[in-house]
Amino acid sequence: MVTTLVVSRLSPGRVGAVINRNVGALRSGPSYWVVLLSGFFEPLLYLLSIGVGVGALIGELTVDGRTMSYASFVAPAMLAVSAMSGALAETTFNFFFKLKYMKTFEAVLATPVRPVEVAVGELVWAIVRGSLYTAIFLVVMVAMGLTEAGWAVAAFPATVLVGLAFGGLGMAVSTLMRGWQDFDLLSTGQFALFLFSGTFSPVRDYPVGVEVLIQVTPLYHAVELVRGLCMGVPGWGLLGHALYLAVLAAVGVWFASRRLERTLCA
Amino acid sequence: MALTRSVHPTFAVLERHLTLYRRLWQASVFSSFVMPVLFLLSIGIGVGGYVGSVQGVDYLSWIVPGVLASTAFQIAVGESTYAVLGDFKWVRAYHAMRATPVNVADMVRGHLLYLVFRVTVTVLAFLVVVVFFGGLHSPWAPATVLVCALVTVAVAAPVTAFAATIDQDSYFALLFRLIVLPAALFSGVFFPVEQLVVGFRLLAYASPLWHAVELCRAATLGRAPAWPVWAHAGYLLVWAVVGVVLAVRAFRGRLED
Amino acid sequence: MADQPLIVARGLVKRFGDFTAVDGIDLEVAPGEAFGFLGPNGAGKSSTMRMIGCVSVPTAGELRILGMDAVRDGPRIRARLGVCPQLDNLDPDLTVRENLVTYARYFGLSRAESRRRADELLEFVQLSDRANGKVEPLSGGMKRRLTIARAMVNEPDLVLLDEPTTGLDPQARHLLWERLFRLKQRGATLVLTTHYMDEAEQLCDRLVVMDGGRIVAEGSPRSLIETYSTAEVVELRFPDGLEGVAGHAAALAGVGKRVDPLPDRVLVYVDDGDAALAEVQRRGLEPSSVLVRRSTLEDVFLHLTGRTLVD
Repeated sequence: MVTTLVVSRLSPGRVGAVINRNVGALRSGPSYWVVLLSGFFEPLLYLLSIGVGVGALIGELTVDGRTMSYASFVAPAMLAVSAMSGALAETTFNFFFKLKYMKTFEAVLATPVRPVEVAVGELVWAIVRGSLYTAIFLVVMVAMGLTEAGWAVAAFPATVLVGLAFGGLGMAVSTLMRGWQDFDLLSTGQFALFLFSGTFSPVRDYPVGVEVLIQVTPLYHAVELVRGLCMGVPGWGLLGHALYLAVLAAVGVWFASRRLERTLCA
Repeated sequence: MALTRSVHPTFAVLERHLTLYRRLWQASVFSSFVMPVLFLLSIGIGVGGYVGSVQGVDYLSWIVPGVLASTAFQIAVGESTYAVLGDFKWVRAYHAMRATPVNVADMVRGHLLYLVFRVTVTVLAFLVVVVFFGGLHSPWAPATVLVCALVTVAVAAPVTAFAATIDQDSYFALLFRLIVLPAALFSGVFFPVEQLVVGFRLLAYASPLWHAVELCRAATLGRAPAWPVWAHAGYLLVWAVVGVVLAVRAFRGRLED
Repeated sequence: MADQPLIVARGLVKRFGDFTAVDGIDLEVAPGEAFGFLGPNGAGKSSTMRMIGCVSVPTAGELRILGMDAVRDGPRIRARLGVCPQLDNLDPDLTVRENLVTYARYFGLSRAESRRRADELLEFVQLSDRANGKVEPLSGGMKRRLTIARAMVNEPDLVLLDEPTTGLDPQARHLLWERLFRLKQRGATLVLTTHYMDEAEQLCDRLVVMDGGRIVAEGSPRSLIETYSTAEVVELRFPDGLEGVAGHAAALAGVGKRVDPLPDRVLVYVDDGDAALAEVQRRGLEPSSVLVRRSTLEDVFLHLTGRTLVD
């Protein structure tokens, strides 16, 4: 997620070029596992800084008649964001890289594997990796008293759904990318979602027009779903959010595999 | 043939970076300027509504100088990683310079001057925006430009030295996650470091970003910083000088033999 | 300083840890000369070039370039050198023209002068129509030409070319040679390394053959051939193929100055090919194919550095 904050300042073109010339460096690098594990620290650091640090300046917060600590308001949002960025990182940057430079897919498609299977395969890897992070994060939340163990278990599948939704979206977007320069737009968009999807303050505070706009975007639904479960307030509304995410995942995968079929098998 | 030199090699190196920058300035303006503004809106105003006031000022005014210094910090680090390693490893631009009268100190100085330029442009644009938010409260506010230039050199120089030493870009992911991000989040940008438990507070004091945040905050709010100004500035200067020495040494080590 | 040598090396040594890359060489290069370092990979050619380019400090010995000390006066010497490195290091994010202008500025040329030089050199290397294009899409030969143009941007007294045509296709090589030849005609002093014999014969007035960090032979291409080879070489193949070579070589003893059995044929180094063939027939040998050719630098090279692969 903060890859958004930090990495967005790098020029993706250059980074892309670097990676392009350094195939497999991440995997062969001495620090691969450390890099993989350190991904978990990002949402945790944000939780500690904004949730706990700024939370101390705020104290309690009342949303929809329920009063809670600011940290417990922010924590589920960080969880959702973490699921989002894990899935997006794997399906945009890495996916695009493989699509464009490594010819991985062309090699795979020379076998009886169909494009849709390639797309789903990519997505599954993204989810497995992302779920590792969210599971640890949920444990931390329980330990910090920001949610209850039972609800944490309920929230876990929700985070998997969030990952699926953004993974599908990410793949669909990747197939439309013209070049690394488009990643600037993507990361800016991702950053805006991160800041305004009810993550740090309730969307109710925004002007009505902005609020409606936010409610159309996916991270809002992800945050609402995960927060509802972590807070232990299930309701029919959560089903609506879940449905939105499920549709997004399905449409994303369908669109991506169609585009793949067209570009690779043409 | 006796060449009459009409440009110092340091500036010739700066010129190369600026020529490259001309190609990507739109993208970089977007990320280095639009993003901090979005940040101000979300955290400064959105979250600020719940915070009320900190140390006697509204939350937006309190984090403006923090976001400012943090932006400089992140541009400095971000542009001293892949770009530097790439110019050694793939582009070999420094090897090309090495074959000319440009020496390693010129390369390091040219790179740092370029970053100071980048940061200054961003900081000025940001200050103009913040004026409209009513986030500046002192005629000293323009001094933040100097502070940001100083912190830029203070962090860019050692990171440049690091980038010139390593051979694998995966180290940068570690740098960002384990050092840069914690520094950006716990150096008094979003909440006073006094809230941190003692051990972490000492780490915050060690971070150059905290000193830059203190100086910027003093400038935009018109109040004395935590330590005397010379102490904060001196600390940053030490980082800058040591960093430049390390960077020159790293460049020399990489380019010779 | 017209006739003073541009490069003087005495007992020049370069060591990397335990490995001795250059093992005490002496050489002189005169103004206007095209001087070549010839040798297999790892012979020490590039290490020597890097010391001459003042980017690598000699471990021992004396090295004077343009009358100055290579270690002490590095920047002043580099200001008057043009270097075309083995690995292209053009700036891929800059245009073709910007690459030259940026590089010219490193030498302190004014902006106007840099632009003038850039256009002139693009003309010279036939890249004017690509001036505003990116470097990335250029072919290998075009990139090499651009690198050579870049090396000329400061009107150098001495041009160093490290394997200028390695990896290029035949057309690109010939075009490049032609440009380098014109450069030489303009009076430039060229120092180049190569492991292509034809390149050395085409371009060099004088060359040294290096092997294992030492100079094993020195002279003009012609004189090297005269000294280390014979005027002609007879290549003989036999119908029994691979097995018989050793026996045939023995049977050929004394026909020429030297007999070199290869896995698939036998080379006989002789002064007169026709006379040698007559002798072969007289001895009752029946080769399946016969080729008489002039001796080349390749024969000298293989004779001096051996046939074992040194990769």
